[in-house]
Amino acid sequence: MELSGAEIVVQYLRDEGVEYVFGYPGGAVLHIYDALFNQDDVKHILVRHEQAAAHAADGYARATGRPGVALVTSGPGATNAVTGIATAYMDSIPLVVLTGQVASPFIGSDAFQEVDTVGITRPCVKHNFLIKRREDIAETFKKAFYIATSGRPGPVVVDIPKDITDPNVRIPYAYPSKIKMRSYNPVAKGHLGQIKKAVEMMLSAKRPVVYTGGGVIIGDAADELTRLIHATGFPITSTLMGLGGFPASDRQFLGMLGMHGTYEANMAMHDTDVLVAIGARFDDRVTGHVAHFCPNAKIIHVDIDPSSISKNVKVHVPIVGPVQKVLKDMVKVVKETRQQPEEGALKAWWEQIEQWRAMDCLRYDRQSSKIKPQFAVETLYKVTGGDAYVCSDVGQHQMFAAQFYGFDKPRRWINSGGLGTMGFGLPSAMGVKMAFPEQEVALVTGEASIQMCIQELATCKQHDLPIKIILLNNGYMGMVRQWQEFFYDRRYSNSYVDALPDFVKLSESFGHVGMRVERPEDLEGAMREAFAIKDRLVFLDVIVDPEENVYPMIEAGKGHHEMYLSPASELV
Amino acid sequence: MRHIISILIENEAGALSRVAGLFSARGYNIESLTVAPTEDVSLSRMTLVTSGSEQIVEQITKQLNKLIDVIKLLDITEGAHIEREMMLIKVKADRGHRDEVSRLVDIFRGRIIDVTDVSFIVEMTGSPSKLDAFINAVHEDLVVEVVRTGPCGIARGSKGLTL
Repeated sequence: MELSGAEIVVQYLRDEGVEYVFGYPGGAVLHIYDALFNQDDVKHILVRHEQAAAHAADGYARATGRPGVALVTSGPGATNAVTGIATAYMDSIPLVVLTGQVASPFIGSDAFQEVDTVGITRPCVKHNFLIKRREDIAETFKKAFYIATSGRPGPVVVDIPKDITDPNVRIPYAYPSKIKMRSYNPVAKGHLGQIKKAVEMMLSAKRPVVYTGGGVIIGDAADELTRLIHATGFPITSTLMGLGGFPASDRQFLGMLGMHGTYEANMAMHDTDVLVAIGARFDDRVTGHVAHFCPNAKIIHVDIDPSSISKNVKVHVPIVGPVQKVLKDMVKVVKETRQQPEEGALKAWWEQIEQWRAMDCLRYDRQSSKIKPQFAVETLYKVTGGDAYVCSDVGQHQMFAAQFYGFDKPRRWINSGGLGTMGFGLPSAMGVKMAFPEQEVALVTGEASIQMCIQELATCKQHDLPIKIILLNNGYMGMVRQWQEFFYDRRYSNSYVDALPDFVKLSESFGHVGMRVERPEDLEGAMREAFAIKDRLVFLDVIVDPEENVYPMIEAGKGHHEMYLSPASELV
Repeated sequence: MRHIISILIENEAGALSRVAGLFSARGYNIESLTVAPTEDVSLSRMTLVTSGSEQIVEQITKQLNKLIDVIKLLDITEGAHIEREMMLIKVKADRGHRDEVSRLVDIFRGRIIDVTDVSFIVEMTGSPSKLDAFINAVHEDLVVEVVRTGPCGIARGSKGLTL
């Protein structure tokens, strides 16, 4: 088959089984867009800003586990996409981002819409390529998809100069069925000796805690994790990124840990004697001050990335390998060993944990005449039966969603954890809705975050994406305001979003349904109405208590046992 | 502590900047970095001198290994090894100093490779500390220009850092 460079790009994507490409055209990618025009297998979703292309591809990848693909032009197209690429990088999400580049002879001449894309993206990609010969296109893409999806996944950028895609030059093409890279060989399984050592340590623990992260979700290890937790009877807590890896409704789940984690999870972390970290990376929002982190614990760490091990916190038993395989082996060893868990000690440990749990640290004022954001998320849970895909932006609403929407399944909770990208929510929800058109996709957002990618309401209209947007509108950048209340003596410097648009009219002007709710008693009805409208995007502007805070809270640099608790929980 | 890390890396455009970028992005020290293709032109060999606590050096080697282009690496300071650096140094050598400089060059087993009526260029290889010693031995007023390659290193014994 003889194809032009542009046709090879598109044919490759078809052969790779790519369903959707999220993108925005421009000069350097016009040949590729022309090739896209001539086929129907790869569907192109036209976003309104390149950042959204990367986020939408990212949302698609998080929900499906398959690589997301974005296509943008050179120069500003590429730089606009950088935030989305960095977001995916921090959360280890497999993306392949095609960026156009000026024609080869112009590279380095400060040509129109030229930037050094490979240079700019280098620190926020797993790898990147600049294609220099059209003969290399297919193999480079094969490598890009392989690198993006294997090992610890991540975004890969492929930069393609315009002359390489020239429609007038044709060369033979065949899909490269195999790829081997001598410099890249991700670990295939964990070391059995280490796994046995870990299990021995776990079964002799008196106050064990399992702490899991996004690796469980990305590594498709939720079933194996659940088996291990049930086999051991251990308490489990999860990071923001790991929610849904173990059912939140299960009694053994202590909720999220870290800065806005539950009292029981953080206290258990502080008092544990054996910590089992699985697919988690000891992020500062989780550990607090490392000197106070799990002061009495031996630490076991399972991770596919050797560089995650002992990076922030020294671990005692490292196990490098894919979480799913390691957990499978662990369950096997637990079942085969003659060693029994410390039943008596575990019982006492659970009693202690139940005491902590009885504090009910997520309590809030249910009698309030204002809509509490926590109540809004609880209502969303009720209305969707806890079974929606929930996307979020970044800030208080994100924490409320994480705390109050109990995720029982993996890949249902889509948010930017590592980079904390405001504006991620709406485009990521588009990616999820493309992947699962029959499922409910809700976006929990704030009035500050949503405005960072609000233009995507047009994309939702054009591509018929009936997402349900739940805007927790408190008129502030809530998390910024909360920090200013706590640490800056209530000087609300620039955290008040004055001059907000009328979101109802705004969404109507984009062709969607807009609704506003201001009283708690109207909320459930409004949400039910919104979700009953199956074929349209509904933008629900929920006016919430402007000064509600996220509790518990651990101040940056403090230990797990030093939480601020909610005034509503009467514990302060 | 000082560490010398030997790296086998794909000889591709941008490979060097990936290594250099890693060090600046994560705030690691680079004391020196040398790079050249090996007998197999598809491979480059780098010798990187860095310093830091054991934990930092462990992270450095892990992060380097994580770079897709890096094939293998070895911290040669973990075992017996040899390091050599080359220096070209231009010194003033007028009538009054020619003999003194020339004697020093002999003592340090260097070679004078260029001569004018007022200067010499001296070529010298050895351990970095030997080159330091030579610079210190020449009166500082006589030193015109110093060019050093940074050390390259190899582990002792019959085993090689190869594919």
